[in-house]
Amino acid sequence: MTTNEFLFGAMPYLVFGMAVAVTFFRWKLHPFSVSSLSSQLLESRRLYWGSIPFHWGLSTILVGHLAALAVPQGFRWWNGVPIRLYLLEVTGLALAIWAAVGIAVLVWRRWSTPRIRAVTKPMDMVVLGIVAVQIVTGIWIAVGYRWGSYWGTSVFVPYFRSLFSLHPQPEFIEPLPFVLKLHAFSFFVFVAAFPFSRLVHILSLPLGYTTRPWQRVVRMNRDPGGYHGSSKEVQNR
Amino acid sequence: MKVRAQMSMLFHLDKCIGCHTCSVACKNLWTDRKGAEYMWWNNVETRPGTGYPTGWEDQDHYKGGWHRDDKGRLKLTLHSKAGGLGKLFYNPSLPELDDYYDPFTFKYGDLFSAPEADQQVTAVPISKITGKEMKIESGPNWDDDLGGSDTFARNDISMEGVDDAVRAQMEELERVVFNYLPRICNHCLNPACVGACPSGAIYKRGEDGVVLVNEDKCRGWRMCVAACPYKKVYYNWTTGKSEKCILCFPRMETGQAPACAHSCVGRIRYMGVLLYDADKIADMTTMPEDELLDAHLGMILDPYDPEVVRAAEASGIDAPWIDAARRSPVYKFVKEWGMALPLHPEYRTGAMMFYIPPMSPVVSTIENDLVKLDLPDEREDFELLEQLDKARLPIQYLANLFSIGDQEPIRKILRIMLSIRTFKRRQSLDGGDIDAATIAMLERAGLTVNEAEDIYRLTTIPTIEDRFVFPPYHREMAIEELNDPLAHKGETGLGYIQPAHRGP
Repeated sequence: MTTNEFLFGAMPYLVFGMAVAVTFFRWKLHPFSVSSLSSQLLESRRLYWGSIPFHWGLSTILVGHLAALAVPQGFRWWNGVPIRLYLLEVTGLALAIWAAVGIAVLVWRRWSTPRIRAVTKPMDMVVLGIVAVQIVTGIWIAVGYRWGSYWGTSVFVPYFRSLFSLHPQPEFIEPLPFVLKLHAFSFFVFVAAFPFSRLVHILSLPLGYTTRPWQRVVRMNRDPGGYHGSSKEVQNR
Repeated sequence: MKVRAQMSMLFHLDKCIGCHTCSVACKNLWTDRKGAEYMWWNNVETRPGTGYPTGWEDQDHYKGGWHRDDKGRLKLTLHSKAGGLGKLFYNPSLPELDDYYDPFTFKYGDLFSAPEADQQVTAVPISKITGKEMKIESGPNWDDDLGGSDTFARNDISMEGVDDAVRAQMEELERVVFNYLPRICNHCLNPACVGACPSGAIYKRGEDGVVLVNEDKCRGWRMCVAACPYKKVYYNWTTGKSEKCILCFPRMETGQAPACAHSCVGRIRYMGVLLYDADKIADMTTMPEDELLDAHLGMILDPYDPEVVRAAEASGIDAPWIDAARRSPVYKFVKEWGMALPLHPEYRTGAMMFYIPPMSPVVSTIENDLVKLDLPDEREDFELLEQLDKARLPIQYLANLFSIGDQEPIRKILRIMLSIRTFKRRQSLDGGDIDAATIAMLERAGLTVNEAEDIYRLTTIPTIEDRFVFPPYHREMAIEELNDPLAHKGETGLGYIQPAHRGP
């Protein structure tokens, strides 16, 4: 097995498998450890300039990547007209730079605010580092290897689809420049870090909130022979 | 009719001396942990004052509670549901740590280890968050007795609408009359924290109405902190979870009063069951402001009414609970005697803790419109009864706290209290003869002699069984006997099986 085959053929399965298993057990056995770990209580102003660009910029780009993976034909059609290609690329680049500004503020905030330093764990910096590498390499690719939204659909999309179809074809990645490899590799590192870090909070995006009733009333489950006496009571629960 | 039971606490503010024993008892039991140092699930505020966290009543700033929109519908002030999701990454209405205070301790070790010197050794304050030396700039009761400054009284939002002259008097440190306002979670009928929680982690317990955070489901989106108009949900900065007053449910389930109530030296706190009609919550919360207080108090059902009893049994409330509701001192004060009001009912959360407003100082008369502190012999009766507007604690101020600015409910309660005071004074100091004038005075306040006696007894000489009437929870089978409370004290709290470590 060559290095390329290991990194882009075997490792994706290792990290995804680990991420799914560990996240599942963490969710089930240690739900208390799952939190966004917000530090807004301790520092608010810098968070405003960091968190909003970081989260919105990055999540929009993530949705874009997933969309390209799901409907590459749509991207090819859209990019058939040059002006639309430029529009897409400029939007993507702007979002990436916005997210980069955000993460820079967040790193600076973690480093320079005593209260935030006090609650910072090594894993927080690791996560910021991994995401920073992804953002920087992404911007590098957008600027240096134009136009990614066009050629990406014929390089990365078939590669990822080969992973999903359980016939990995790491040879798609083999001839690519180093930055592109790093961008893909850092994603697998991200997935590897996912279950062991605060990144799991991504999964708790509370979409259910939009449909649930405003109020929640919960009664303890009561076994008929247990407490609160009469059987009539129990029937009524 | 859907009857539910609610454990409710009543605060007799006229008896509160502002000693903070309740706060300390609560702190020792529940929030003596890393990440929770700054939390005071129970706190006592000097009024007039700005409270804790500073200016918590300013809902233009904090966006707490609910409001009624132009079409008469109930809206969460903090956000719409979609808008709430949009603010996950940054919540502009969240109080910051400095709105509470930076929790501190002192370098006590220096007192022993400092080298010999000419100066006295001092213990330097250090922050409990950063561990670094700090300057203490505020605390949980920084405005205690106004802390020697008129700033706190001047910035009290509830002073709105108080007459300018009275206001000026209230801001004069030498003349101001304090009262103390102990506050815990109100365990509301329509809690804004529950409505705001994106994860659905907060819930109201069906059997006794205690509002709790399921910390396994909490994801630290911290909307509850901003949405609670009383600022009684707190964000633990080390575990990344929200926490709040649990009404000491492990104590109540074993028949003990909550720590704050049990430790109260002034014995101002009463606890008991109230029955309410859950079907009426929606109507009550959307009432126009002038009918809101009546609707709020109207939620509470009469436990002697056969129809209520039938509905309660159908809703799964058993006989001992209904019996406890009949003996409830809270029910007596709130409904039978109409002496207690909720705090800021205009927040529309249906607060279920009740307050008896305080009277002005005992020994005072009014001469030439000025309050005198000495009582001449010939003036045995308290003139205040007939001249409530002259009370040194302005009626309007109390009305802003407890009755949405409506003075009448406050006047009615003060008349009851003052007439009972006069009645007992005549009875015990003037030879015990109750003349027709005294009975007429009581009648003007809406009381019979027997009622006056009952109120006097429950106010001044109640036993612990009179003050705390707990229904049997029968939780002896459910208590986690294997947990050592002392082992758990330094951790997240009883009932949690995870250590309170910050997640990675």
